[in-house]
Amino acid sequence: MNNVGPSLSRRMLLQGAGSVALIGLGFGAISFSAIPALAAANDKYPEDAFKQKSDADAIKALYGKTAEASDKVKLDAPEIAENGGVVPIAVATTLTDVTSIAFLASENPNALAAFYVIPEGTVPAVANRLKMAKTCNVIAIVEAGGKLYSATKEVKVTVGGCGG
Amino acid sequence: MASTIRVRATASGDTTEVQALVQHPMDSGFVKDAQGQLIPPHFIQQLTFEHNGKTVFLANWGPAVSKDPYVKFSFKGGAKGDDLKISWTDNKGANDSTTAKIG
Amino acid sequence: MRVRAILFSAIAAIASGTLACIAASALAAPDKIDPVADAKAFQKYFTDKFPKVKYEDFVNGPYSMNEDMRRQWEEKEQFPPYEFALEAGKEMFSTPFKNGKTYADCFANGGIGIRQNYPYFDEKEGKVVTLELALNRCREANGEAPYSYVKDEMASLTAYMAYTSRGKRMDITIPSDPRALEAYENGKRYFYTRRGQLNFSCATCHVQSPGQRIRAEVLAPALGILNALPIYRSEWSGMGTTSRRFVTCNSQTRAVPLEPQSDEYRDLEYFLSYVSNGLPISGPGARP
Repeated sequence: MNNVGPSLSRRMLLQGAGSVALIGLGFGAISFSAIPALAAANDKYPEDAFKQKSDADAIKALYGKTAEASDKVKLDAPEIAENGGVVPIAVATTLTDVTSIAFLASENPNALAAFYVIPEGTVPAVANRLKMAKTCNVIAIVEAGGKLYSATKEVKVTVGGCGG
Repeated sequence: MASTIRVRATASGDTTEVQALVQHPMDSGFVKDAQGQLIPPHFIQQLTFEHNGKTVFLANWGPAVSKDPYVKFSFKGGAKGDDLKISWTDNKGANDSTTAKIG
Repeated sequence: MRVRAILFSAIAAIASGTLACIAASALAAPDKIDPVADAKAFQKYFTDKFPKVKYEDFVNGPYSMNEDMRRQWEEKEQFPPYEFALEAGKEMFSTPFKNGKTYADCFANGGIGIRQNYPYFDEKEGKVVTLELALNRCREANGEAPYSYVKDEMASLTAYMAYTSRGKRMDITIPSDPRALEAYENGKRYFYTRRGQLNFSCATCHVQSPGQRIRAEVLAPALGILNALPIYRSEWSGMGTTSRRFVTCNSQTRAVPLEPQSDEYRDLEYFLSYVSNGLPISGPGARP
């Protein structure tokens, strides 16, 4: 797989390591193998989270905690998706110490659509195109400073008719 | 054989904006074909962006990402002329990668 | 909400019925085919109906009519879904045939920047020739099998050719040949004739109701409607040619679709392109 360089120390952050001071100093990744790493803590594909049905279960599987709504998370999604197969959705945030961003669609067969790892030095903003099975809430989760923040928007999805 | 990955990476000041479009069916496994058979899931699971040997962005995708997936993000520290390596793996074990220059 | 919707559509129907009568009488009298007057009236109808839409914007179909949809489209245009088809088309276009010749040998200016002149009336043959038809004729003349008019290869090729004409104004010529005028009139007749189970004509949706919804879709104005083709449609999860769109539109309105490149379709394309003269080519395009 791909090397996630030495300055990446989310492992320590999420495992609630007391030695938080080491983060950002570019020291080698110290592995706290005694504490099981949650999927969000490394570059492993979060298979389990993608298998969950509800958004609550997916967030739990990804992060093991819940999110609080925050107006510092800016979710950009259409009112009515022109086509449920390609819905452009983007998120940006003014929060700092962002380590990951996740997108969920509450009524999709499996709520978790995408989960982005944001290494240090990467701007905490992502734009992507997602599938939505039907009208439902699109939820963006931003993991910052070890806590979860969310923004939600309902996107209407209609079945295409005769075409434009 | 042309790569499935198309990239546009532009440096502006100390920030590089990256847009990628990848040719991939991203079949969810929920859609039936003309004969009524379910088309099995076939989708990119991980898409990685590396600059100077460091991962600057890692996308973990499920089948709810649209066909011919697109993603846009920005990172600090890239400069015009630098290499950006992009690679993906899918649920069938296939992969592809490409290296693009930051413009 | 529903009652309002019904009321609105009733009013719209009456209004557009009236407008259609006015528009019809403004067009040329039946025994004199006057494409110039038609085009003028056609364009005026749309610019009057949508004073806030910039002239060039009509080619963007539903996106010129609805802000929420427009934003989604603009986001996708940053890195459009037809990118792959366009690349494939460019490669196909420059790959020589088995006999060593290329598509460039069949077209004026090597096939670059000429899409806006199609369709044209071939006076030798006495018929309308569309770009898709010309491409297949080029293939056959060089010993290659023709492509399907509704599948990817033709879409990729026309995507590339449209791209080389992006921004150029649609420029269709009708020579003063009675057969050309007849073909134009034929296309116009097809456009305005109701057909099929739903008893819709092309005009029913694209002249009377642009910007409104038919089920969940926002309708495009007929003005400039061919300028964005070929298109990547989210509905198809892929590219489609003008032929494909004509066929599927017929099917969707429960009318019997014709064979791609049949006379009526070619004449229809001729008429629709001509009355959109002056509008920029925007293809390849993307649609819902």
